[in-house]
Amino acid sequence: MELLSDAFVYLCAAVIAVPIANRLGLGSVLGYLIAGVVIGPVLGIVGSETTEVQHFAEFGVVMMLFLVGLELQPAMLWKMRKQLIGLGGLQVLGTTAVFAGAGLAFGLVWQSAVALGMILALSSTAIVLQTLNEKGWLKTEGGQSSFSVLLTQDIAVIPMLAVLPLLAVGHGGGSQGDSHGAGHGGEALASLPGWLQAVVILAVIAAIIVAGRHLMRPVFRFIAESHLREIFTATALLLVIGIALLMDFVGLSPALGTFLAGVVLSDSDYRHELESDIEPFKGLLLGLFFLTVGAGIDFNLLFGAPVTIFGLAIGLIVTKFALLFGLGTIFNLKGADKWLFALGLAQAGEFAFVLFGFALSAGVLEPALLQTLTLVVAISMLLTPALFILYEKVIAPRAVTQSNRPADEIDRKGRIVIAGMGRFGQIVGRLLITSGYDVVILDHDPQTVENLGKVGLKTFYGDATRPDLLHGAGLQDADLFIAALDDRDKQTMVVEHVAKTYTKVRILARARDRHHVYELEQAGAHHAEREVFEGAMTMGRRALIDLGMHPFRARSKAKDFWHHDRAMLDDLRENYNDGGVDKSYIDAMRAHSQTLFEIMRTDHGDEKHERTERGWTPPPKGDATL
Amino acid sequence: MAKVLVLYAHPRPDRSEINQPLFETAKGVQGVTAVDLYAEYPDFDIRVDVEQERLRNHDIIIFQHPFYWYSAPSIMKEWQDLVLEHGFAYGLHGKALVGKSFINVTTAGAKPEAYSADGLNHSDIRSLLAPFEKTADLCGMRFLAPFIMFGAGRALEENRLNVHRNAYDDLLKAMVADRFDLEKAAKAKQISDVLDDFILKGEAV
Repeated sequence: MELLSDAFVYLCAAVIAVPIANRLGLGSVLGYLIAGVVIGPVLGIVGSETTEVQHFAEFGVVMMLFLVGLELQPAMLWKMRKQLIGLGGLQVLGTTAVFAGAGLAFGLVWQSAVALGMILALSSTAIVLQTLNEKGWLKTEGGQSSFSVLLTQDIAVIPMLAVLPLLAVGHGGGSQGDSHGAGHGGEALASLPGWLQAVVILAVIAAIIVAGRHLMRPVFRFIAESHLREIFTATALLLVIGIALLMDFVGLSPALGTFLAGVVLSDSDYRHELESDIEPFKGLLLGLFFLTVGAGIDFNLLFGAPVTIFGLAIGLIVTKFALLFGLGTIFNLKGADKWLFALGLAQAGEFAFVLFGFALSAGVLEPALLQTLTLVVAISMLLTPALFILYEKVIAPRAVTQSNRPADEIDRKGRIVIAGMGRFGQIVGRLLITSGYDVVILDHDPQTVENLGKVGLKTFYGDATRPDLLHGAGLQDADLFIAALDDRDKQTMVVEHVAKTYTKVRILARARDRHHVYELEQAGAHHAEREVFEGAMTMGRRALIDLGMHPFRARSKAKDFWHHDRAMLDDLRENYNDGGVDKSYIDAMRAHSQTLFEIMRTDHGDEKHERTERGWTPPPKGDATL
Repeated sequence: MAKVLVLYAHPRPDRSEINQPLFETAKGVQGVTAVDLYAEYPDFDIRVDVEQERLRNHDIIIFQHPFYWYSAPSIMKEWQDLVLEHGFAYGLHGKALVGKSFINVTTAGAKPEAYSADGLNHSDIRSLLAPFEKTADLCGMRFLAPFIMFGAGRALEENRLNVHRNAYDDLLKAMVADRFDLEKAAKAKQISDVLDDFILKGEAV
């Protein structure tokens, strides 16, 4: 039962603290840290087992890197290469150098100083991206630059994990005497000669790439076709855990392996589904990880030397800010954008906690120093929301006049998400895509996904009624959402969800019939179109022609009908919304049908010329000017 | 105060260098109703009642359009065919437009010299606009000399657009304020380069 009671305590702390922290604008990472502090040092509910839990929770980092990899389509990386290598690369290298120098000045050995520099160069992806997204700053110049730097940092974690063990100077073996991390694993290969080890490692990496490219697609497709969602989730977990184990077996970093697998799968149709399946596990495990970091914070240390600790945290922020501000200047960021970039990234990040643990077990940094630094990093993160508030309230308003930012890029105007690529969605989608718009398509039928893939349309497999999948498809940045699901109720549901959650997105919805139009409008659709209406109009027009009517005459007949039907749709809306299909609704409809008969019956040759009969009608016989 | 209706027709406003800016100018003048026909009726389903009501409610009707094939873009012909019905615009009981004024605001690609007896077109532009003039006559409307930009294809490069926009602005404002000499304009050949001669000075009427 101990497992359950522990789980109860951890979950309880998270469930209470995280929503509150979020509401206060502090973000979930800080919420977890604070929750950890409360159950650890403050209340003393959890204690010695945190280290063990932490090792388990570190798997969240592995998952996080898998997700980071999934986000990195090779094509996108290539497009951003200048920003990534230039801006991001300089930030990581420059900050590493400065903090390493500071470390040396404080009397650290060079290996420890370099490790320290690398770790503090990272910023908090979780806090910054979340804030940029929430405030809608991600598409600004400053937001984009921040994004590139965060991306570079996330990638830089991989070589850091590889380099850290090489910097070992023998501090290890302290309280956490196990050989967790680098030197760990690889025993399986230890008996092999060096060159063969290298061959095996290269073969494993090649296998991941090849299998990811060619094997995973049919496997995912097979499983998706079974329509067992939990098995799809199981497969995703199996994939991540399998790769982690494999990497561990050959003595490489599991994070590196899953990151690589993520990149390989980032082009796949199943990316969004994988993302939304792994995301909750990653979130919880990472949360658990931050909880244990919070629980491990040494309060005696903080209260023993508050000036030193806060001084270090503020020094860290000021230094990073100065470096980022300088880089922003070099890279031509102007006004408010430069401030957003420099203030936003000035904290240290959650990866520091991971790398600290790693550095400790590898024996790169002293345990006592790490205790202090963990506090410093946590405090710098705690101060981040304050920096964003400073930007929003003080700097941005003043900089508005200076920043002569050109209008948002065109590609911003064109983010379209289509849910449902059946007979209806396909037509809409093709029209938009061939007109040059950027469209993200979601569909839950593997066969459709496969077929569209064959003709070169980018389609993602998944159930569009799942909120996480919609989020994964980028609805928060979209301008337009087109709902074209077959299932009538699901369609209304998804429209309602999107209308409530993404208030800026314009929603166009396909409706079954007139009543569904009203339903969808009530659910929040800005416009609803009856699916069969236009097709039936065309068919009716064709029928008139086949009955011997002149094609142009048939067109205007159909147009008359169309206009009347539209008018009826508008007129009946109130009746329907008031009481559904009741007597008043039916009466109104009867009246409309009567009018329609009158409109359509005119001009059979024997009736006299009427005002309702419009369009290229010859004037009366005789001299028309009379 | 006269009510001015601008009916504008350009099938590719996104490619329009002159007409679209002129239309923007018209939209900005108080007392002017500016209608983009291609935007309102992309399927050519002109709503006759709406258009006739508009005509009744205005005193000066402006056709603003490029001079396509010695005429206007097709939607304007469609508009005439449908809206100017017997019994409304002409015929024994068709008096709805009597006494109103009509003017073409148009752009021609060729230089003014092309529109003369010995020029490329062998006739001046006012006589080429005869179908519009005769239509106005039949409807009992006063046909005003056209407001034209010649050589429209090179107007941007020659920095003539803004001059012309300002003149259009002046014209519309004068019309709204009843300070445009309609009688004189009806007798003129054209008004574009001599606009000031037609704008009444001093107190508004």
